[in-house]
Amino acid sequence: MIPLSWYLIFAALLFAIGLFGVITRKNSVAILMSVELMLNAVNINFLAFWHYHTQNSGLPQVNAMVFVAIVFIAAAAEAAVGLALIISVYRQRKTVVVPELDTLKG
Amino acid sequence: MATNLLVILPEILLLILAGLILLLDVLYKDRSDSFFSWFTAIGLVLIGLISVFFNYPGDQRQLVWGGMLRVDTAGFVFRLLFVTGAAVTSLFAAKVKAIGNRAVFFALLVISTIGMSFMSSAADLIMLYLAIETTSIPMYILAGFSVKENNSVESGLKYLLFGAMASAVMLYGFSLLYGFSGTTQLYGIVEILQSGAVSLSLQLLILFLVIAGFGFKVSAVPFHFWAPDVYHGSPTPISGYLSTASKAAGFIVLMRFLFSAFSYQQTYWGLLIAIIATVTMFTGNLLALAQKNLKRLFAYSSIAHAGYILIGVAAGNHLGIKASMYYLIAYLFTNLAAFGVISIVERKKGSSEIEAFRGLVKSSPGLAIILLVSLLSLGGIPPFGGFISKVLVFASAAEANLIWLLLVGVLNSIIALYYYLQIIRITFEDTEEIDLIPVSKTWKFALGVCVTGIIVLGVIFTPWLNLVTTASTNLMLLH
Repeated sequence: MIPLSWYLIFAALLFAIGLFGVITRKNSVAILMSVELMLNAVNINFLAFWHYHTQNSGLPQVNAMVFVAIVFIAAAAEAAVGLALIISVYRQRKTVVVPELDTLKG
Repeated sequence: MATNLLVILPEILLLILAGLILLLDVLYKDRSDSFFSWFTAIGLVLIGLISVFFNYPGDQRQLVWGGMLRVDTAGFVFRLLFVTGAAVTSLFAAKVKAIGNRAVFFALLVISTIGMSFMSSAADLIMLYLAIETTSIPMYILAGFSVKENNSVESGLKYLLFGAMASAVMLYGFSLLYGFSGTTQLYGIVEILQSGAVSLSLQLLILFLVIAGFGFKVSAVPFHFWAPDVYHGSPTPISGYLSTASKAAGFIVLMRFLFSAFSYQQTYWGLLIAIIATVTMFTGNLLALAQKNLKRLFAYSSIAHAGYILIGVAAGNHLGIKASMYYLIAYLFTNLAAFGVISIVERKKGSSEIEAFRGLVKSSPGLAIILLVSLLSLGGIPPFGGFISKVLVFASAAEANLIWLLLVGVLNSIIALYYYLQIIRITFEDTEEIDLIPVSKTWKFALGVCVTGIIVLGVIFTPWLNLVTTASTNLMLLH
């Protein structure tokens, strides 16, 4: 039986990698991928905690499972919209690298 | 079950409205230019009226749908605010290039209103997250809606990237909050946090993570980077909607969260919010001084206004919450009027640079006067709504003994007044050329609604004040 803290440390590392990626990556597709990593870290957290709580209390809980499902759905919707926006940016500018998108500044 | 359905009747009707808009797009081809604007606006007003007649909760507070939603007057007031904002926005969107006659635009607007409406009454982390995403995802599309325009697509993408990151950070906070308290209900979490089962440092970490997410929605510094670019690039009616309704949604969520889950840690988050408010006001106002583009200037001014509203939240007393709510209502009408004028002028002149507004009084006296009213209200000059809300916010800071915050707020109002008066000077300048700007009936009506709102909120404030008093009392009570 793997203790809860291992899952939490794993999720925290995954989250940190994702956050690092969002901050340092220049390509919008890579930024979106990093965001997905962060969301996966959240899901691992939820499921680990859910398992811990149900083992501890013996009561069947569903809220974390529902939460994870909703995070999945929202992440999929976000990725769909994100890719659509990336395509429309690419059609206009022929690039998806964020520092090159600099018409708006000041 | 029947009462449960009645509680979300406005949201159900909003969903039906969005469906009808999409259906009419296919079935009714020979429509006029502003058909969808009026259809959406009238539909939204009707839904608002239905909600007033059937959904006024009075002094009751009740958890429904298994604790997912909390029915109280705070949710009611903000739902009306969002519906009004969306109705005015859809009128301004009429005849705007590339969006005016597109049904999808209005359907997305209505769907994001559903999300905001749920945000204002969500009482469970799951519902909160779902509502925030239901609001955000259509807003990303709306910001990038003019796919032929460089600025619009760029602002849409930037909004999405920042938004997705902020919501992931917030969600990580939620997961820790669930993990250490064992429940996702805001009003259940508070009991566990109060019992001291979660260490203080952990609570503060969660608070930071969650405030990062909400701070993004209300465009508070240091989570404001998206705001200038997005307001500048989006279609102008959407900039107006983002700066008012979307901000209000962020604030109601922030207030409900702090006064439910973290209501016993007020000393900590009070200080945190006070610091954020100070930084937000200074950043917004000082950067606004240097702007050449009016939309961008209003973006920074909108950041600064988030700072003023945060003063009320930081004060954390009854008056503070009341003041923040009143401020948000007054700000809705004021900023929508300003962005409406910008949208109309921009359509004619093809630019939203401040230079395009030089001598506006000659080309359209009406627009110049509406811009004047809205700028004076933003600057906090009586007899407009902005004045009352500023007084209330500052009074709440004084009541909470936050004199330094009060002084910062007053100082910032003076800085802000400088650039507001600067714009007024430019618009009322005497110029040679007279280039009349046509204003359609739809826009005239929308601007009329906004100006009436600004003046009514500044003159006849008692009924609205009573309403937000009930709302803030109910928001602050845990049971």
